[in-house]
Amino acid sequence: MAGCKPQASPAGAGKKIKVAIDPVTRIEGHLKVEVEVKDGVVADAKIFGGMFRGFEQILIGRDPRDATQITQRICGVCPTAHANASALALDDAFNVKLTDNGRIARNLILGANYLQSHILHFYHLAALDYVNGPDVAPFIPRYAKNDVRVPKDINDVAVGQYLEALEMRKICHEMVALLGGKMPHVQGVVVGGTTEIPTREALNAYAKRFKIVKKFVMEKYVPIVYLLAGPYGDLLKTGGGYKNCVSWGVFPMDNKGNTLLKRGVFTDGKDAKVDPALIKEYVKYSYFDNATTGLNPSKGQTKPDPNKKGAYSFIKAPRYNGRPHEGGPLARMWVTNPELSKIGQEKLGVKNLRDIGDAAFSILGRHVARAEETAMVADAVEQWLSEAKPGKETFVPAPIPNSAEGLGMTEAPRGALLHYVDIKDKKIANYQITSATIWNANPMDDMGQRGPMEQALIGVPVPDPENPVNVGRLIRSFDP
Amino acid sequence: MKDEQQLLDKQQQKAGVSRRNFLKTVTGTAAGIGISQMFNPALVKALEKALETHPVIWIQGQGCTGCSVSLLNTAEPSIADVLLKVISLQFHPTVMASEGATALENMYKIAEAYKGKFSLAIEGAIPTAADGKYCIVGELHHKEITMVDVVKDLGAKAGSVLSIGTCAAYGGIPAAEGNVTGATGVMDFFKANGIKTPTVNLPGCPPHPDWIVGSIAHLLTKGVPELDENGRPVVFYGENIHDNCPRLEEYDAGELSGKLSDAKGCRMDLGCKGPDTYADCYKRKWNSSMNWCVDNAVCIGCVEPGFPDASSPFYEPA
Repeated sequence: MAGCKPQASPAGAGKKIKVAIDPVTRIEGHLKVEVEVKDGVVADAKIFGGMFRGFEQILIGRDPRDATQITQRICGVCPTAHANASALALDDAFNVKLTDNGRIARNLILGANYLQSHILHFYHLAALDYVNGPDVAPFIPRYAKNDVRVPKDINDVAVGQYLEALEMRKICHEMVALLGGKMPHVQGVVVGGTTEIPTREALNAYAKRFKIVKKFVMEKYVPIVYLLAGPYGDLLKTGGGYKNCVSWGVFPMDNKGNTLLKRGVFTDGKDAKVDPALIKEYVKYSYFDNATTGLNPSKGQTKPDPNKKGAYSFIKAPRYNGRPHEGGPLARMWVTNPELSKIGQEKLGVKNLRDIGDAAFSILGRHVARAEETAMVADAVEQWLSEAKPGKETFVPAPIPNSAEGLGMTEAPRGALLHYVDIKDKKIANYQITSATIWNANPMDDMGQRGPMEQALIGVPVPDPENPVNVGRLIRSFDP
Repeated sequence: MKDEQQLLDKQQQKAGVSRRNFLKTVTGTAAGIGISQMFNPALVKALEKALETHPVIWIQGQGCTGCSVSLLNTAEPSIADVLLKVISLQFHPTVMASEGATALENMYKIAEAYKGKFSLAIEGAIPTAADGKYCIVGELHHKEITMVDVVKDLGAKAGSVLSIGTCAAYGGIPAAEGNVTGATGVMDFFKANGIKTPTVNLPGCPPHPDWIVGSIAHLLTKGVPELDENGRPVVFYGENIHDNCPRLEEYDAGELSGKLSDAKGCRMDLGCKGPDTYADCYKRKWNSSMNWCVDNAVCIGCVEPGFPDASSPFYEPA
């Protein structure tokens, strides 16, 4: 079998070699990466977002309530996150306060999909960068020299877990469906709460499934991530990037704005409170009209220009306070800084996530943060299950306002998610979405700063440009 | 034929592990594990043969990957069985190990070797505006390949096409009013480009995993199933949701839900599009039969050619 051939070509004089991977696979969507390798490491990087659908234009003129349904179709892996962001924006615009049971039901729907998404990501999207699948399609072809370093017995265990994880993520979706109707794309999350009041029977069915998933997370998923840190220890030292984090906060624990995963930003070594006014989206290198650059989402416009000279991505470049920031489990966990799981504390010899230090900002560090977050969400699901009240109202009806604005800020499994809605004459006049992967996979901004994923690629070792394994590893550590 | 066999043999027997041996060691021994009634022994045998002769290439355009994720939710047979026993999935951007040029080269190689035989599964709409630039699926020899390019090329070479999901079948949300990308479904795209490959539409946002697995199995073993006027298999999309709804009795008795969280009553006043929608959700239910849209909220008509424009506003009666 021929090995994976990236499109490598010598670039003029010197020892610079250009390597392109297109498509980058085992992600959601269409992405290309191009890196320049010098002396065995990445010296420059570009990430190309290759697809545009135009949700923001499609939403204009529609019934605002339809946004929770339409926007879920942005991502089939994390539709519940878009449903929540949209519902939060509409809750704000409709000026409706949720019941406790409504808040908890939303958490149980979103929480089950967090478990699903993180399990899917580690095993089915990322793991084939570290272990070999069986020698049949779709597990072959693969890179001729794919740098798999685990011994055969561990590889077999991992492949067994890959198959078991397929079942686990399916069970997570059953949990979502019990309260959300079906999955992907739930019916249950709407402005004003959720549509189905949980019965004792439904909560028991959810709990029964959750127990199986939690056992898998604690006994298999979290341990195997730490197991990889042995043979792949060097991947804890590369892929750091800017080390800036955004987290809008997710899973409201009360009606006062306290969230399980905290809201905050971390910029150039300092923590700060979130001010939505400091978010701006730049488009100099994106296929959008230059006149729309540097706008806050509340003033945002989406005017595609697919033939724009100098542009290379359909992704806008959002910046917080003018600086690129990464989003996702690592950013949330860094901002929250919780105690690690028992296994994590044992393996790393530290107590809290930030005690890991700079190594957290690395290819493997992002996987560790994701696994630790999965354990943390699982603990919280247990709490919400005990708090959910069978038969108690989850939905507060509210009329469509004639004219109102709404802002919904939450977290998708893969990063910070913002929905903004402007309602006029009971219809959507403007809708802007700054989604998770847009924070990570964006191109250079007007000020000349690379996107976070591009920056994180700088310095990543590519000893063999014919088999640029670490490039894919870095990209997938962000779960785009 | 010999060449094809050798090509697959080579791929499957690396390091002396054949597909069948692998199955025995990893997923159990009996051929029937987790296979539902529709997978009777004769069909299983036919599938084993198809596995060798009819590979599947799955491409993605303007979509959300939700159809692929829905396929992963298949209960009987399990997705592990589907991947290892039912289909030889030679290309799938979300699942396959390979990336970049090797993935694309393999795709074109398989399409050539199995010309007129392989099945092409298409997920997502095809953006036809701006020379197809709104969706780039990859690059080969320093040339961008658009979704338009690949559907034209492989669509004509395939033995059969499965349009997976409403976007691929009819355009879906990317083709909704307000779109600027010229998004179109496969049926219309084929018509415009004179491609006559037999095509099965499996709409739904997303489609139920049983609809996908059942249709693939039918296609691989018996050919194109009986289709309705919208190109959908009658076996899955032949029944009206409202006429078969477990809540029809309540409707007949004049019991209508007044708000979304009401446990009882017909959902018609809340905007349920069951009366205009044809699918077997009412009996199949979703996610291993946990629930379905009408018991949870309302049907939004996601399997219909006009979705979403024809069925929105979703929360207003038609």
